[in-house]
Amino acid sequence: MHDETERDDETVTEQMTDLQTLETTLLAEIGAATDEAALEAVRVSALGKKGSVSERLKMLGGMSPGERQQMGPAINGLKQRVTDALSDRRATLRDAAIAARLETERVDVSLPVRQAPAERGRIHPISQVIDEIAAIFGDLGFDIAEGPDIETDYYNFTALNFPVGHPAREMHDTFFFPPDASGERKVLRTHTSPVQIRTMEAKKPPIRIVIPGKTYRQDSDATHSPMFHQLEGLVIDRTANVANMKWVLTEFCKAFFEVPSLNMRFRPSYFPFTEPSLEVDIQCDRSKPGEVRFGEGSDWMEILGCGMVHPNVLRFGGLDPDEYQGFAWGMGIDRIATLKYGMPDLRDYFSADVRWLSHYGFRPLDMPTLFGGLST
Amino acid sequence: MKFTLSWLKDHLDTDASLDEICERLTMIGLEVESVDDKAGLKPFVIAKVLSAEKHPDADKLRVLMVDTGSGDPVQVVCGAPNARAGLVGAFAAPGTYVPGIDVTLSVGTIRGVESRGMMCSERELQLSDEHDGIIDLPGDAPVGTPFATWAKLDDPVIEINLTPNRPDATGVYGIARDLAAAGLGTLRGGAIDPVPGDGPCPVKVTIDARDLCPGFALRLVRGVRNGASPKWMQQRLLAIGLRPINALVDITNYVTFDRGRPLHVFDAAKVKGDLVVRRAEAGEKVLALDTREYELNPEVCVIADGNGVESIAGVMGGEHSGCDETTTDVLIESALWNPLNVARTGRELGIITDARYRFERGVDPEMMVPGLELATRLVMELCGGAPTETEVVGYAGHEPKIVSFPTAEVARLTGLDVPGAESLSILTRLGFEPKGTGDVVDVAVPSWRPDVDGKADLVEEVMRIHGVEKIAPQAMTGHEAVNRKILTVLQNRTRAARRALAVRGMMEAVTWSFIPAKHAELFGGGAPELKLSNPIAADMSDMRPSLLPGLVAAAQRNADRGFADVALFEVSGTYENDTPEGQRRVAAGVRRGTARMEGQGRHWAGNAASVGVFDAKADALAALEACGAPVDKLQVETGGPDWYHPGRSGTIKLGPKVVLGTFGEFHPKVLEALDVSGPLCGFEIYVDAVPEPKAKPTRTKPRLDLSPFQAVRRDFAFVVDRAVEAAQVTRAAQAADKKLITGVRVFDIFEGASLGEGKKSLAIEVAIQPVEHTLTDEDFEALATRIVENVGKQTGGVLRG
Repeated sequence: MHDETERDDETVTEQMTDLQTLETTLLAEIGAATDEAALEAVRVSALGKKGSVSERLKMLGGMSPGERQQMGPAINGLKQRVTDALSDRRATLRDAAIAARLETERVDVSLPVRQAPAERGRIHPISQVIDEIAAIFGDLGFDIAEGPDIETDYYNFTALNFPVGHPAREMHDTFFFPPDASGERKVLRTHTSPVQIRTMEAKKPPIRIVIPGKTYRQDSDATHSPMFHQLEGLVIDRTANVANMKWVLTEFCKAFFEVPSLNMRFRPSYFPFTEPSLEVDIQCDRSKPGEVRFGEGSDWMEILGCGMVHPNVLRFGGLDPDEYQGFAWGMGIDRIATLKYGMPDLRDYFSADVRWLSHYGFRPLDMPTLFGGLST
Repeated sequence: MKFTLSWLKDHLDTDASLDEICERLTMIGLEVESVDDKAGLKPFVIAKVLSAEKHPDADKLRVLMVDTGSGDPVQVVCGAPNARAGLVGAFAAPGTYVPGIDVTLSVGTIRGVESRGMMCSERELQLSDEHDGIIDLPGDAPVGTPFATWAKLDDPVIEINLTPNRPDATGVYGIARDLAAAGLGTLRGGAIDPVPGDGPCPVKVTIDARDLCPGFALRLVRGVRNGASPKWMQQRLLAIGLRPINALVDITNYVTFDRGRPLHVFDAAKVKGDLVVRRAEAGEKVLALDTREYELNPEVCVIADGNGVESIAGVMGGEHSGCDETTTDVLIESALWNPLNVARTGRELGIITDARYRFERGVDPEMMVPGLELATRLVMELCGGAPTETEVVGYAGHEPKIVSFPTAEVARLTGLDVPGAESLSILTRLGFEPKGTGDVVDVAVPSWRPDVDGKADLVEEVMRIHGVEKIAPQAMTGHEAVNRKILTVLQNRTRAARRALAVRGMMEAVTWSFIPAKHAELFGGGAPELKLSNPIAADMSDMRPSLLPGLVAAAQRNADRGFADVALFEVSGTYENDTPEGQRRVAAGVRRGTARMEGQGRHWAGNAASVGVFDAKADALAALEACGAPVDKLQVETGGPDWYHPGRSGTIKLGPKVVLGTFGEFHPKVLEALDVSGPLCGFEIYVDAVPEPKAKPTRTKPRLDLSPFQAVRRDFAFVVDRAVEAAQVTRAAQAADKKLITGVRVFDIFEGASLGEGKKSLAIEVAIQPVEHTLTDEDFEALATRIVENVGKQTGGVLRG
């Protein structure tokens, strides 16, 4: 018994040394495997059916209980460590392979992307400013009215209290069309005011409208264009007076120029279709070249004409001036757009130069609202 | 209208400063356009030349020692021929800006001699064109005093921008009256005493054209000496930009500006016989005072004598009978002329004069005779002579207008709370005459205010004098509820179309409504009723029948500037005829070069292709969709109007009749005629032709049932005749089962010899969504058979083998 035990001890010692050697060899081989295939070969040589570790496991069955008790944990420990080493090495190899592939897929992200069409497209400043105006007056409960560019003399002049032959007609530099069979000549409307009459004919007061639109005068230089845009306003009810007009126009100018306060100067003037008539200047600072700031400074800039609707105009519109009253105003859309956004030459508005449109135009999704701010 | 401060003060006794006066003028409706306070003349002082030696190195220069009234004498090098010891003139020290030569002086050295200032000529001070020598003042002119003050040249000049309704303010007196009414001083110098005359005026006047001449006054002054007018008058006339001529002419100009009363003077020796006021004969000619000859017509009113036309009434006198230094007997005319007729004549003949300016606004009839008296007095004062009595013809006197004025009207129209008595006081100060008191007062309108017709005019008078600035802004009634929808359907569509096209990478242009006649004709326009009689330029003559020619031209202009790839659109009006209904609301766009929606020009990831018919089609459909058109119900037919390529254009219809738009590439002949180059495509849709939505649409969307069964796709390729349109094939396939087939897409087109002559292959992908159960192989087989049969029946297509 003693001899057996001694022999067992010797055998175990030998086998332990053998296992150590095998482990060292296998771990070295695993570490040396540079791809999946080599690693798999190591796995088969160790853990495959006839692998070195598997063979040793099989030998456990033939061992004495004493031997087995010592060698069992040792061989199983070896199997576990080899398995773990294989798994670790596999993960390392896979990471390296992915990293290598990703490296080949590298691109130059500084290359430009295609611009989205919505970033290239532009809304013309005139359309944008009309939308701004509509947002403000819509909030004040005004409708937007429109009318034809080609007008009769009646709507453009007579019904607006421009007597035939009156010098005020002359001041309008009117474009005419050839006389028709009855000798009547149509005109290109010189202002948006004809829509006042057309509106009065179409509906009874209360009337609260603004009328944006194209107007035409035979005049051309840096500040006059033969075609331009006007904004007309008309309020008719039983009480609207100059005090209300001052309020509406002051509120409009503050909202449009997006300033918290703005001094305005109303001074008497003359227009055939209003009585009393006023011209309006707004406070501004023009001390910095190329820049106008509103609501500051000590300069005045003329911005619009207005007045109480002339009794004759109310009569032409079918209304009794003792029953109804109201006010009207007109201003240049191109002009207030210029004042707000600073385009230097009115003629560029109509030249469709893409450099100008791209610079002064507005992004398609910049929809003016009051709650979001007209110009963001 | 220009005047000087001293002139105003002839008629207005006031302590107000220049600034106060200007501020008030603007606030009562006489807008001050400019003020020249003559501050630029202040640095020039009266100085005396003590000695004048020849310049050591220049024959024509002299070295002056000048006493400027302060400090030691100053050395000045001067080239004026009249520079001499003892001369008293106007001196400018270094640092002074000299307006006539646009130079700010500095200490200089002229040919080695230092010069510390300048003795000035009249031209250098912009007083006249005189530059033969330096200013030579009387020896007693006070040395050291500002020259302008001593010479009364520092009178500030005020220019007001006069509105056409205020003839009374075309004279300084009328302006003073307004300021006095506004509380800025006391009016004075109003009364004009008549000048008695000796015997009747020997020249008689007949008025043939009574409708054009409601009054004529004439008187002769014998034995005048006509020379230069006095300095004070010349200075005032020069200050307001008038050139002094001679005393008689200057007097007429002076009264024109002092009282707004134009006059005319005839040299009696040159007038033959009596005067007649009549219409000109057709072709009659007159040489006017501007030395130009005018051809007249019967619409023109003239004053004629035995020689013919002597004057164009109310506009300009004739050269022949004008007054000069030799005039000894002068006929002074003060007449009334029909304002509309004067305006018309002035316009037709292209004559702008101070007389026309006043007559076309309406001259005070009651100033006709007093104006003549004032002129007579001035003639006698300045030129001597003895006047005859005044001959007055045709004047029936002035019957004042009476306006019934409820004083509460001021509050009703302006919101100003002005007591009735104050309103009437203001009117009285302006020369109106209220009759009596009470809530409603009859007010007589003064003869100088032809613009005042009704009570609203009186409200304006009260408002402007009381003070517009006193009207406090008053809010209008606020909202009682959330705002309803404001924009109309058309307005919403217009806005939506703009944004939809801009989102597609296009830039919005605003082009002229008038285009060249040739362009209009190419695009179906050119009707005579749409041609302007007076275009601003020959190539802006016709109202556009389409937005396309303007956009095509704009695209080409950009290309000519180096921007070949442009996408432009416009949403605006076109004109079918001259009625309101003939003005259409159209959205149109053009793309040029490679300006495609996806991108343009060269790109590292792939260059953009040239634009073509399908870019235009996509734009047109996008715009229509934005306008609310039922895009899935539209038909697209090949071909469009003449300006398109017939095989690369389309017409979009809703039903058989309603045309909603057209699109395509342009006809090469049209491009040639427009002198533009492609690639170019465009579209136009009629925003106003899209049917209105239902009056009361439901907001509930149709119910959507999401099928739990997998959707599948099946491909088919059909060989069809080349003329068969893809849409016919997709429609036929779709019709095979409207419930199961949710979409048909063309994914390939192929033409080749292998298919046979005149054939093409169309490959379609059919999307199938089972609804009730998963489809079996047999179900698919049956569906595929129906698709093939349907396509075969409707297009003749056969499944490609």
